[in-house]
Amino acid sequence: MEIIIEMRHITKEFPGIKANDDITLQLYKGEIHALLGENGAGKSTLMSILFGLYQPDQGEIYKNGQLVSIKNPNDANDLGIGMVHQHFKLVENFTVLDNIIMGAEPLKRGLIDRVEARKRVLEISQRYKLFVNPDALIEDISVGMQQRVEILKMLYRENEILIFDEPTAVLTPQEIDELMGIMKGLVAEGKSILFISHKLNEIMKIADRCTVLRRGKNMGVVKTKNTTIAKLSKMMVGRDIEFVVNKEPAKPQETVLKVENLHVISPLSKKHVVNDVSFTVRKGEIVCLAGIEGNGQSDLIYALTGLMPIHSGSIYLNNIDISKKNIRFRNDNGLSHIPEDRHKYGLVLDYSLAYNLVLKKYHTSAFQKQGFLKPKAINDNAEVLINKYDIRSGQGPATIARSMSGGNQQKAIIAREVDKDSDLLVAVQVTRGLDVGAIEFIHQKILEERNRGKAILMMSLELEEVMSLSDRILVMFEGQIVAELDPRTTSDQELGLFMTSGKSGGIHGK
Amino acid sequence: MENEQQPKPFKQFFMNFKLKLKTVLTSKAANTFYSVLFAIVLGLLVGLVILLFSNPRAAFPAFGKILLGFFGDPVSISVGIGNFLYYSTPLLLTGLAVGFAFKTGLFNIGASGQFMVAQYVAVLVAFATANLGPFNWIVALVAGILAGAIWGFFPGFFKAAFNINEVITSIMFNWIGMYLTTMLIKNNKVIFDQSRARTFVIPKTAFIPKLGLDKLFPNSSIDIGIFLAIGVAVIIYFVLNKTTFGFELKAVGHNRHASKYAGINEKRNIIIAMVISGALAGMAGGLQILAGGAGNVGNSILVIETLSPEGFNGIPVALLGLSHPIGIIFSAFFITFIQAGGNNAAAAVIPYEIVDIIIAVIIYCSAFSLLVRLYIANRLQKKRIEEEAKHLKTLNNAVSDTSVNKGDLNG
Repeated sequence: MEIIIEMRHITKEFPGIKANDDITLQLYKGEIHALLGENGAGKSTLMSILFGLYQPDQGEIYKNGQLVSIKNPNDANDLGIGMVHQHFKLVENFTVLDNIIMGAEPLKRGLIDRVEARKRVLEISQRYKLFVNPDALIEDISVGMQQRVEILKMLYRENEILIFDEPTAVLTPQEIDELMGIMKGLVAEGKSILFISHKLNEIMKIADRCTVLRRGKNMGVVKTKNTTIAKLSKMMVGRDIEFVVNKEPAKPQETVLKVENLHVISPLSKKHVVNDVSFTVRKGEIVCLAGIEGNGQSDLIYALTGLMPIHSGSIYLNNIDISKKNIRFRNDNGLSHIPEDRHKYGLVLDYSLAYNLVLKKYHTSAFQKQGFLKPKAINDNAEVLINKYDIRSGQGPATIARSMSGGNQQKAIIAREVDKDSDLLVAVQVTRGLDVGAIEFIHQKILEERNRGKAILMMSLELEEVMSLSDRILVMFEGQIVAELDPRTTSDQELGLFMTSGKSGGIHGK
Repeated sequence: MENEQQPKPFKQFFMNFKLKLKTVLTSKAANTFYSVLFAIVLGLLVGLVILLFSNPRAAFPAFGKILLGFFGDPVSISVGIGNFLYYSTPLLLTGLAVGFAFKTGLFNIGASGQFMVAQYVAVLVAFATANLGPFNWIVALVAGILAGAIWGFFPGFFKAAFNINEVITSIMFNWIGMYLTTMLIKNNKVIFDQSRARTFVIPKTAFIPKLGLDKLFPNSSIDIGIFLAIGVAVIIYFVLNKTTFGFELKAVGHNRHASKYAGINEKRNIIIAMVISGALAGMAGGLQILAGGAGNVGNSILVIETLSPEGFNGIPVALLGLSHPIGIIFSAFFITFIQAGGNNAAAAVIPYEIVDIIIAVIIYCSAFSLLVRLYIANRLQKKRIEEEAKHLKTLNNAVSDTSVNKGDLNG
């Protein structure tokens, strides 16, 4: 096999930490090479060095056996190296076409030759089956489409080495499948791909080889067909990870949440985004709302938690109708909510960790007296939760939430919500974007809460999570609950069928 | 307030102090100070360059006068200080009005209108309650504060109820307030002195008391207003930082959605924030118009159909003070100091506008200072993250399954 890129003995030190420590990486022509590691293992640093965003302290980069120097992204581009960043670098109010050609516009008498540009872009999208509407505005197209635009940008520049930085983190299961198809197509056309990920099943599915990083060091290169998920995860984390959530069957008791004929109307589209939904959640069980994004699950959650008004129907929490009550009432009367968007709802990012940990109880007598905050109580509360939930931060309770890593921000939210000791825990997309260590911890926590007799309503887009964690699955399709499934007796395929087509045939209406 | 209830108040205080000192030294405050200093020095230097261009010969003496501030008062330093404190008062309060709104995520550009409405109402009430004797000034001042609060309520209400940007509404209410008060004053024979196109001087009982300060700084305009203003700044500081009310206000300012999620009534908070901001601007107007001034001759509202500059000047004061109530005290002092210096320098054949330009440059640089601050903060944060990573490393090495064990404690 021909080596197209070789990074030899790369070392990059930031004050106080070696982000990359003597890493050697070889990329063969025409392969998909995965770069696996936990958050902070040095994957992004390594790729930033290849893309010219950082200079290595030691080590060299070779392309086709030639020593090259990559001082900035333009150098990388000249060498045929392109990168799709995790957060896309697109101009929102430009068209797809303009975004693709931006910086490499074909000119005709000093003006942009859009006719030529369009011809080339259409040609490329034909060839790689990357269909997008070149005249759509970026802000109007889905995240999956935006990613295609990023890929087209690289192809338009005739890059041969394509770096994908956690490309699946933002995609729905369907879009992930499509992306995998696209990546295979790209490799078949002779491109070489570096694929940064911490999702093991994706790596097993798509990559030919995998380089594992742990704390800045290269832990080895393996062929995916010669390894297993368990082996990879041990290489990555340094210990065994439990993938199968070990749990006893649920022993559900009395009903905590009862939803009856709930309708929610979207203020924008005026559609019934939640259409006549009824269900219950009992103590000691985990009920999971499954479905493809945009089928009303988020709206249902918002209605339950009070963030969105309902149109009709009722919501009973411990036999009290809370459908007309304000959020404070719901929070104080047995509702905990781990929100989907942890930056928008979950945290006040400019507040300290200690303040964030009392966000829902600062008004209780434990933390205030006649309107004056009790700084010591707030601080002590933070210390306790930090220890109990292993929240890691730079300055303990005084740390500004914004400066914490995503995993620890999520732990902080979970600590706050679980510690409230509410009867009902609503947990939405709790593990999105987190690495396996954190996911394991969070799953453990949720299970513990169930075993302590809490009622748990989960929502997740990850099929695996839905299947492994829940006791009952409610599938939502176009605003309705179309099936109630038992994860022990149902298959991924059956669940997928309900999610995509809403076809009934399960045990709906039990 | 807490310490009184604690068993060991001294130890408690010491611990709090230590904690605070640590935050002060490691967080924003330290580099905030440097960045503000940077802005001021840069602004002064640019001002000097402009001075050199406009009048090279007078530049250095004039610059010296500006730097001297009230110390260069032509009459005496004590008059300089007295007037300096007097002129700081409205600026401090409008700065506080704008800064308080900033802290709660709102831009109250309507301090001018609130200021003018308050002046009008204060004068009106001063005349109407002249028989109250020693309470005359208090009632008039409170009336002014309430008027400012009402004028602040409208933009807040429109924002909360209809999501109309408060900047637009408060600008509109500046003009509405100005023309409305002009009209009402002109049609009021009791308060309007037609021959001089201004209001009559209010009854002497409505003057803000001087409590002997005029003996301390003879011939200056000083009264107790400055102490009221500083007191209010300290109260605002406490409200914002020590109370649940401030906790809510700031939370809404930082993140409206998360506040709503936490059960805070974010709409009510927006309205209350604007009402308080308006009240502060109203207090500025009240104190300014009810002041007796030098020789107790009194002030009057000039009917000249322009927006009062005090309201707008609150914006730079708030910006330079980085919206921190205590910072605003100092930034109001600083700007008044430079203005006093500028007044004195204007006598030394430089145009007064130069002083305005210097102040403008300082404010402009304070935006840079924000950049500098962000830069320093970013570097600090990077360092912190690296430290955290290092810490993590040792943690990971020591125990590999901390998380699971810790989790069990909960069960």
